[in-house]
Amino acid sequence: MSSACAQLCLRCRGFLSSMNSSRLYYVQIQHSVRKDKSTKIGEGLLSRGNHTAAQTRLSWKRPTSCYFGITAKYLTTETEESKLGTDIAEYKPALLPTVDVSPCPPNLIPPEDLDANDHCSALEEISDEEAAAISIPPSIPPSSVSLRDYVDKSETLTKLVQLGVSLWKLEQRPNVGSMLLRLDFNRDVAPRLLFLKEIGVEDSRLGYIISHNPFILSESLENLQARVNYLKSRKFSSETVASMVSRAPYLLNFSVKRLDNRLGFYQQQLKLSASNTRNIVARLPRLLCGSLEPVKENLKVCKIELGFKENEIQHIVIAVPKVLTTNKKKLTQIFDFLHNTMKVPHHLITKFPQVLNTKFLRLKERHLFLQYLGKAQYEPNLPSYISLDRLVSLPDEVFCTELALATLEDFYLFQKTL
Amino acid sequence: MRSPAMRMFRSLEGLFCVYKPAGVHWKLVRDTIETNLLKGLNATPALPLPHEVRFLSNDEAGASSGLTLRAASVPILSQHPLVTGPEFQLIKVGVGHRLDVSSSGVLVLSVGKGNRILNDLYRTRTTRDYTLDCEFGTATQDFTHAGRVVERTTYGHITRDKMEKVIAMLEGANQKALRMYSNVDMSSQEAYELAVKGLLGPDGKSVPILTSLRCIRFQPPNFTLEVQCLNETQKYLCKVVHEIGLELRSSAVCKGVRRTRDGQFTLQDALTRHQWTAADVMRAIQQYRSKKKSKKIFRTRTDEVILQTSEEKLTGPEENRDNKEATEAQSS
Repeated sequence: MSSACAQLCLRCRGFLSSMNSSRLYYVQIQHSVRKDKSTKIGEGLLSRGNHTAAQTRLSWKRPTSCYFGITAKYLTTETEESKLGTDIAEYKPALLPTVDVSPCPPNLIPPEDLDANDHCSALEEISDEEAAAISIPPSIPPSSVSLRDYVDKSETLTKLVQLGVSLWKLEQRPNVGSMLLRLDFNRDVAPRLLFLKEIGVEDSRLGYIISHNPFILSESLENLQARVNYLKSRKFSSETVASMVSRAPYLLNFSVKRLDNRLGFYQQQLKLSASNTRNIVARLPRLLCGSLEPVKENLKVCKIELGFKENEIQHIVIAVPKVLTTNKKKLTQIFDFLHNTMKVPHHLITKFPQVLNTKFLRLKERHLFLQYLGKAQYEPNLPSYISLDRLVSLPDEVFCTELALATLEDFYLFQKTL
Repeated sequence: MRSPAMRMFRSLEGLFCVYKPAGVHWKLVRDTIETNLLKGLNATPALPLPHEVRFLSNDEAGASSGLTLRAASVPILSQHPLVTGPEFQLIKVGVGHRLDVSSSGVLVLSVGKGNRILNDLYRTRTTRDYTLDCEFGTATQDFTHAGRVVERTTYGHITRDKMEKVIAMLEGANQKALRMYSNVDMSSQEAYELAVKGLLGPDGKSVPILTSLRCIRFQPPNFTLEVQCLNETQKYLCKVVHEIGLELRSSAVCKGVRRTRDGQFTLQDALTRHQWTAADVMRAIQQYRSKKKSKKIFRTRTDEVILQTSEEKLTGPEENRDNKEATEAQSS
């Protein structure tokens, strides 16, 4: 016991001296003083509590007392351990026999039990009926990179494929594959599908919804019902809700609070009436699912960069809600061409907001062709007026025959001169 | 048995050219073509699903008389297109001589095995035609009209004659460069023969060389140049315009670079934006193949004629290729 104590003290001393030396490395002034101090500390340690010599030096007081605290702790634990050791030594004879009595872990079946189970005997002859009843575990790989190995074996996946869910897309998303495998068709999948059918989603859209949002299968039915109820309480008709759900598959995965926030945001930001808000959300349900940051940015772009007035923005958004989610770079590019090259004023663009939703190249080619023919005239008061709406929305053939009064071949040849 | 999609892909392999609009990166053009081709390929009807025999337990009958199994042939769902994904998810579409963002014109693309032919196209010495739309009066930092204006000058003193003079001088300098970069001794018989055929020129990499330069429209401040060149970049052509402006004691910028020909591909073959579909691309590639086949027959005939006429002809792979080019030039 005492020898162990002494060993521990020696170890502590070694530790202390190493600490000191590291300190000395940083502060090199009192090198010699500290050296002898460290030895003194060691002596103090050995003499156990007789540390007056160390405490008198003010400069060294803090760290040493700290070290002493440590060593004192060590020593007390040492004594406790020694006490425990004696306890263990006392208990040892009592403990050993119990170990002998129950040596095997619970999962190991004792040999006499194996003998008792006569069904599993390899030499036993079994009847045909029993043979048919033995279920062979299917050869499913324990882990795989693809759902392909499981499709034929898993009832859920088979049914999903029959519904038209594109599993090859889903398996590329993290954790979705294992989630689908863990689902049970009758318990998890069927109630949700029935629920979707109940709110009016068409059968052909079910596959689309699940291929885009497989997480709807792990959402609880009460939540789904609550969200549908919320939408209905906001005076969306049941057909609208059905079409919204089938076009924006993530809609029902958002909490009621979030849906409410989104609806409130659009109503306040655009200062729209309730029916208009319902209208744009019903036409573009994506607005409720996506982030609001790009929408805010687009509104700022329309207001500051493009210089539309607030009521003009309102009008544009009600007519073409997609303006809120388009790429702002494309929006400015089209507007720049419309306003600076085609010289179309703001109020005309507001009148035909569809032009902000077209492809830039289409607009550019058509305008240049009309300009080449001398027919680019977008002012409604003057003769031979061409409306912006017709300019962008007509298909190529109709555009050529009705607006440009030229043949389609000419238009295509003209495209090759740009 | 090959699937319809695979058969369609085999008929798609080859070279074709598209008309790249200005303001679009060539990578975007390539990606658009690739997605359109994939759409077309994957829209072909898939092979019917193979069936396998599986033993199913019929529970209704089995309830009374124990378990019975019945054999049934069921489709193997693991080969369903919804599980495996579409047959083609990636096509190798290669791009020939590049065009930068602001320039438009003929851009050669290749599909599948056509990429190997594309390498040959790179190695052969084929010229490209450009039309440069230019304007006198300003000088900009990047030599195009969109750049930052550095200088404004007058252009009233420029006449067509002065312009022709400068162009002739530039052409002369480029002819000299052409001779300098061709790897033949200028005082040899070989050089003479090549020069007679008009085949002198650099092999592989060299500085950009203008083989011909012409002013096809002169209405100051606007004028249009037609350029035939080798190893060029669009930036270099803009710089040439800038230098012509400086040479005329004025300044000029390039408003548009348009490539009208790349090797054997001309504007007539180029597909415009609405034609970038699988069907149209397939038609263009078939056309290219049939053209190549007829050319091959023509080439072998002319080769025989040449062999008969010239006995001491140097035989080597380089020579053969040059001959082919000559015949190509004749035919086109």
